[in-house]
Amino acid sequence: MSGAKLYGLMAEFEDPTALVDATRRAREEGFTKLDAYSPYPIEALTEALDIHDRKLPAVVLGGGILGGLAGYALCYWCSVIEYPLNVGGKPFHSAPAFIIPTFETTILFAAFAAVLGMLGLNGLPMPYHPVFNVPRFALASRDRFFLCIEAKDPKFDHDDTWAFLTKLGPRVVMDVEE
Amino acid sequence: MKSTVDSQQSTAGGPDIAEARTKLGQLRGREYWRSLEELLETEDFREHLHREFRVPIESAVNRRELLTLMGASIALAGLTGCTRQPTERIFPYVKAPEELVPGEPLFYATAHVHGGYARGILAKSYEGRPVKIEGNELHPASLGGTDVFAQGSILNMYDPDRSQTLTERGQIRPWSALLAAARLALEKERAGRGAGIRFLTGTITSPTLEKQIGEVLAAFPEAKWVAWEPAGRDNVARGALLAFGEPVEPRYAFDRADVVLSLEADFLGSGPAMPRYVRDFVSRRKAEGTNRLYAVESTPTLTGAKADHRRPMSPAEIEAFATAVAVAVGAIASAAVTNQFVEAVAADLEAHRGSGLVLVGESQPPSVHALAHAINETLGNAGKTVTYSGPVAGGPADQAEAFAGLVKDMESGKVSTLVIVEGNPVFTAPADLGFAKAMEKVGLRIHLGLYDDETSRLCHWHVAQAHPLEAWSDARAFDGTVTILQPLIAPLFGGKSAHELLAAFSDQPERTGHDIVKDYWNGRLPGADFELAWRKALHDGLVAGSAYPAKPVRVRQDFFKSEIRNPKSDIGLTLLFRPDPTIWDGTYANNGWLQELAKPLTKLTWDNAALIAPSTAQKLGLTTEDVVELTLDGRKVEAPVWVMPGQAENCVTVHFGYGRTRGGRVADGKGFDAYALRSSNALWAGLGLEIRKTLRRATLATTQHQYGMEGRDPVRAVTAEEYRKDPAVVARMGEQPPGPKDTLYPTLPTGSYAWGLSIDLSSCVGCNACVIACQSENNIPVVGKEEVARGRALQWIRVDRYYKGGLDNPETVHQPVTCMHCENAPCEVVCPVNATVHSAEGLNQMVYNRCVGTRYCSNNCPYKVRRFNFFLYTDYTTEILKMVRNPDVTVRSRGVMEKCSYCVQRINRARYAAEKEDRPIKDGEIVTACQQACPAQAITFGNVSDPESRVSKAKAESRNYGLLTELGTRPRTTYLALLSNPNPALPAANKAGEGHGGHD
Amino acid sequence: MTERTPTPPAEKPATPPGAILAPGYTFTTLTDKLASIALSRRTPVVWFLGAAVGFGLTMMLLATITYLVFKGVGIWGVNVPVGWGFDILNFVWWIGIGHAGTLISAILLLLRQPWRNSINRFAEAMTIFAVACAGLYPLLHTGRPWLDYWLLPYPNTMGMWPNFRSPLVWDVFAVSTYATVSLLFWYVGMIPDLATLRDRAKKLWAKVLYGALAMGWRGSARHWQRYETASLLLAGLATPLVISVHSVVSFDFAAGVVPGWHSTIFPPYFVAGAIYAGFAMVLTLAIPLRKVYGLEDFITMKHLDNMAKILLATSLIVAYGYGVEAFMASYSGNVYERYVMWNRMNGPYHYMYWALLFCNVIAPQALWFRKVRRNIPALFCLAMIVNVGMWLERYVIIVVSLSRDFLPSSWGMYHGTRFDWSMFLGTIGLFIALLFLFIRMLPMISIFEMRAILPEAKIREEEA
Repeated sequence: MSGAKLYGLMAEFEDPTALVDATRRAREEGFTKLDAYSPYPIEALTEALDIHDRKLPAVVLGGGILGGLAGYALCYWCSVIEYPLNVGGKPFHSAPAFIIPTFETTILFAAFAAVLGMLGLNGLPMPYHPVFNVPRFALASRDRFFLCIEAKDPKFDHDDTWAFLTKLGPRVVMDVEE
Repeated sequence: MKSTVDSQQSTAGGPDIAEARTKLGQLRGREYWRSLEELLETEDFREHLHREFRVPIESAVNRRELLTLMGASIALAGLTGCTRQPTERIFPYVKAPEELVPGEPLFYATAHVHGGYARGILAKSYEGRPVKIEGNELHPASLGGTDVFAQGSILNMYDPDRSQTLTERGQIRPWSALLAAARLALEKERAGRGAGIRFLTGTITSPTLEKQIGEVLAAFPEAKWVAWEPAGRDNVARGALLAFGEPVEPRYAFDRADVVLSLEADFLGSGPAMPRYVRDFVSRRKAEGTNRLYAVESTPTLTGAKADHRRPMSPAEIEAFATAVAVAVGAIASAAVTNQFVEAVAADLEAHRGSGLVLVGESQPPSVHALAHAINETLGNAGKTVTYSGPVAGGPADQAEAFAGLVKDMESGKVSTLVIVEGNPVFTAPADLGFAKAMEKVGLRIHLGLYDDETSRLCHWHVAQAHPLEAWSDARAFDGTVTILQPLIAPLFGGKSAHELLAAFSDQPERTGHDIVKDYWNGRLPGADFELAWRKALHDGLVAGSAYPAKPVRVRQDFFKSEIRNPKSDIGLTLLFRPDPTIWDGTYANNGWLQELAKPLTKLTWDNAALIAPSTAQKLGLTTEDVVELTLDGRKVEAPVWVMPGQAENCVTVHFGYGRTRGGRVADGKGFDAYALRSSNALWAGLGLEIRKTLRRATLATTQHQYGMEGRDPVRAVTAEEYRKDPAVVARMGEQPPGPKDTLYPTLPTGSYAWGLSIDLSSCVGCNACVIACQSENNIPVVGKEEVARGRALQWIRVDRYYKGGLDNPETVHQPVTCMHCENAPCEVVCPVNATVHSAEGLNQMVYNRCVGTRYCSNNCPYKVRRFNFFLYTDYTTEILKMVRNPDVTVRSRGVMEKCSYCVQRINRARYAAEKEDRPIKDGEIVTACQQACPAQAITFGNVSDPESRVSKAKAESRNYGLLTELGTRPRTTYLALLSNPNPALPAANKAGEGHGGHD
Repeated sequence: MTERTPTPPAEKPATPPGAILAPGYTFTTLTDKLASIALSRRTPVVWFLGAAVGFGLTMMLLATITYLVFKGVGIWGVNVPVGWGFDILNFVWWIGIGHAGTLISAILLLLRQPWRNSINRFAEAMTIFAVACAGLYPLLHTGRPWLDYWLLPYPNTMGMWPNFRSPLVWDVFAVSTYATVSLLFWYVGMIPDLATLRDRAKKLWAKVLYGALAMGWRGSARHWQRYETASLLLAGLATPLVISVHSVVSFDFAAGVVPGWHSTIFPPYFVAGAIYAGFAMVLTLAIPLRKVYGLEDFITMKHLDNMAKILLATSLIVAYGYGVEAFMASYSGNVYERYVMWNRMNGPYHYMYWALLFCNVIAPQALWFRKVRRNIPALFCLAMIVNVGMWLERYVIIVVSLSRDFLPSSWGMYHGTRFDWSMFLGTIGLFIALLFLFIRMLPMISIFEMRAILPEAKIREEEA
């Protein structure tokens, strides 16, 4: 092991069940600063780590409302306040017509909120992350499943944790350097 | 001559430097050269010397090299200093003429001379630049109305194809050279007392010109004056001669006629008094007391379209019919085939003694004219609805005869000097005479004309003519009233007037047109003070009291040669010749506006066609656009077929004026030359026509493919009887509009001005004057045949033509359609950029510079009155065409929508005037271009929020209806239903199945 | 270290009829096979042929556009009364095609239809490219295309604003929103697969390119959780959006007064038509693709069968639309409405109407038969027929209605000029070119979603 600072320990598993299993065990063990990596979304894993993030829907709702208000305001301001014109004898405030741009802006803003919100909350884009230092981690996007316990974890002790992880029957356990 | 032109092309162009060097090499000692041109002795240089020093030159230069010459004269500017040129200085106004306010138009009264006869016009001029023709209320032939030719004539003046120089054999010559030539010719002729001199003119009504010619003829007694008008009125004169023994001309008072019988007389469509007659006729076409018109004709005309009863008949049948009517009313004693129609007409005429009227068209033989005179006399109409006066036109009474005589003289070599004043006889002469060939036998041939045309090609001398708006002249109207034509602008191309040309053959050759005309009238005008009278005559546009007095005449008893002509049914096909409705005899062939104007009945543009009755076409297995070969007396012409509803059976009509070969860029190669089939003994109708179908098909560009109304009622027509009984009948026709309560939207308040238009379909005769007036007023470009064929015509107002009833003799109705300026305009709602919006005064405004051209508005316009610039139609490059444009109206560029604006520029002018004087705009103060031009006064424009305005009164009539009001568009343009007054004794026109389909 | 070249199972058992994925695949083999299309595998000759055609036609498109901008829309057949021809009709046609993509990726996702996983990616791509082609037309159909930006609400010296009552402005909002959202959805959906490509790439440029696009995705469970939420929300947004877009497009006509346009059934009828056209196009693309790239294991008969069924269903909806149009016309008693129908059936363009009925109503009925649904050539032909049929439908709606509206005097005819055609073929070329680039550069099948449907992806609960 080189002198580089340790980020945590990583265990590689062959199949999803093992990972979910390991994750559960790790949490029962009392580890809190840990994360699991899989090549596709696994709901069981979310429960195992019991992640309950309800921010995103709120963000999207906010975006939608903002978009709606902005859209209608635009229509109204242009056609009623800024430059009212007699167009085909229609009233300046032609509400039914304004609904459509309003609807579209609602969707647009909400969609942006969803995407940017997701990226933002996930802290993406993030070109560098310690886990990438593990060569085998490249397989996380292919066919392998990884559990990583961070050194920040209060219960973390290199040797104990290493032993614990080995107990979970991983394919291999590796150091993750910063 | 062509060859010389070509040889010139080679020498034209800049000097050759390489050649110059070699020549310089050869120079020895103190030899100076002033320019490469001199050094190389180029054409340009010698040409220059000629102009500067009158050095005789052998090389010919044709007018297309004017520019090259200019180039040279600039190159040699150094020289011009040392020549004997009079120095001309220009000055700005020291005291500006008070009447000339920049931006304010001025109107000058003058006349438009058509077929020799004058119609009073007012020419509108901006800073000395005439841009628009309007009618002259004071003038008896106009009464404020105009026709398409008067409206279009302004474009001819600015025509870039007009001949621009005086040439001899294609070489540019100074005026003095022509004078010399004329002198020489006269000297030669003096011995023979002018036996070899001939003056060939069109129909001449100009007193001054008549006097001038008269003077020449006095000096040369053997000389002759021959007149040839392709659409001449010989038959009228002959008919009068036959009936009365003297060549009087009939004049009609339609405003006093209750019953009118027209025998092939298209008094509503053409003729010397068209605008006047239309006005008089429709003045009796109102709900209270409607006149009745019977029309008998072989080819459909606007008169027939307006008739309450129309019967298509071949010329022979018409003659028989006239005889029968004459017999029935006791005008002549003879046997005649009679029928229900004859009896009904006769009875109707009898019942309206003194207020009936029978008239005959130029194309009918003299005998029919005579019969009409007899009928009118018998029924006591003479002196009431028809009066007679001496002939208005000067020159030989019988033009055709004189013309034929001239050609004979030419062939026999009797003619040594031929002076052709206006007209284009080489093109318009009857084919059998062989005028063009005979020309070659004439020693000296001089032609005065607006264009370097077919005739000038065969003439030694061609004199560029000054346009009537550029020169002084005078002319008589149909009733003899004299108008003095005054120029509004100096001749654009330094042209000469007929007077100035004639002066060349007098002993004062250098006199100006102004002096000639003014001197003639000096002492002839009413009033003590000539200057005053002169000014008044110019101002009014007519010489007061110059109309010919009515002349009492009696019909000779023995005029009727009593051989009963039974219309033989086996005479085969008859070919009828008529002047073209829009380019006349070819005079207006190079006029884009008139070429693109849809013919009133066929709605055809840019072409003429062989009009064939549906039944005949069926018999011959022909359809529209088939190309056929017409053969008459061995002369062949290929023409496209047009199946013409209402055309007389076995009659084929061709319009002459097309098929120009040297008429200008617009005219050449359009249509076919019908003159090629016309012979001097059958000017109007040729028997024994043969038709051979070719395998080719032609494309004809028409603006309206559909014949019928497809079970809809854009045009609502009722009989005066029905209407009087129940005025609400019009309102009940068609779909009902939604009521004012049937909307969720609050109706926006209308201001003190709310502009609206009313079009009276009873008055409208479909003459198209409004279309050209609009085109001229609103700078509407010409798009060309291909674009029209693609459905891209650009005129803002169109006159729709619908047929009702069977194809053989349908009722024909016309409906002018402008922008409706809907209060709830469908076009506005769909425009994404607010380029078309509503003004506070209810105008549907088109904002050109905001338009991006989605064409959505046009799609959503139920009336399809919007027009789109699919290409850059406006000519931005031809300088002279910029002069014809109305400075008050934006010139549209490519990619923008345009449409009728209710002449908003005129509305605004009126507004400025009113605001200056701090008063509201008066009713009738705003006159739209279409309204002004309309001879029938069918169009009324004004403020609909003022219940007292004329337009409000018109809209208040129960005849009033709007187009497609069921859509809730609430159009501001509305119509007054068409009233007809059929004879109850006759069955209504056959209602057999609608004229379906058309050809699309 | 486990860098095996992709080796599908040696003895390959036949795919059972109901399966949406051939048996015998593991995370490894699946990933390698799909990733290799973009990364290692040799580009098949067919690709070059297709791309050549695509780019060739695209050049023609550019030439046409240049001439168009230089001369004006007059080079097309448009006129008065027919102010819109190929331009708007192709716009509607392309937009319609786009819709299936969104439908598959969004609506089927909400409905939790796992079979969509193998086709949604290129269906979405198809959407975006179709919208790109569609977008060209409204931009270029104006008389002065360089002023198109006037349709956008932006402060300007003229002090003018767009007319928010105009369906064309609605179009601007709807179509631009649609394009944007589709693009976002597509990109977000690709992030995990881009990460895969990043990790599998050997060439530096590929590593850099995919690495940048993957934005450092590392498959953390926390990320997956938000990612899934975001995808669901986007799907939830895209679904009403896709409905609204074609409704708005239909307003271009329904909001007009032209008989044959002014009809309340248009929005649903257009949306159904769009889905119909879209699925036809998906089939048209999927069938050759699976052959060329040997993707029969991922795009199975099951997929084709399902799409065929949807095709059948939507064809019935569309048929109902035609029926209602005809019925309302006669029932309304409105002379203009009646004439429009009469004219469609007997007028100068009648052959178009009957051809459209055959393509969109008669022909698809063959899909009632399982035999036909599972006969690939037949399916392909039917899809083609429907593509043509939907084009004819728009022709009939737009051109034929305009050619004869209220005043007989103004009736006219419309014929596409050679520039109309070169523009149309050009956009088809552009579509092909973009699609081929996509296939070559990006994972055309969603790898991570495919992994999720592998049997080994199941969590064996009893162990927990």
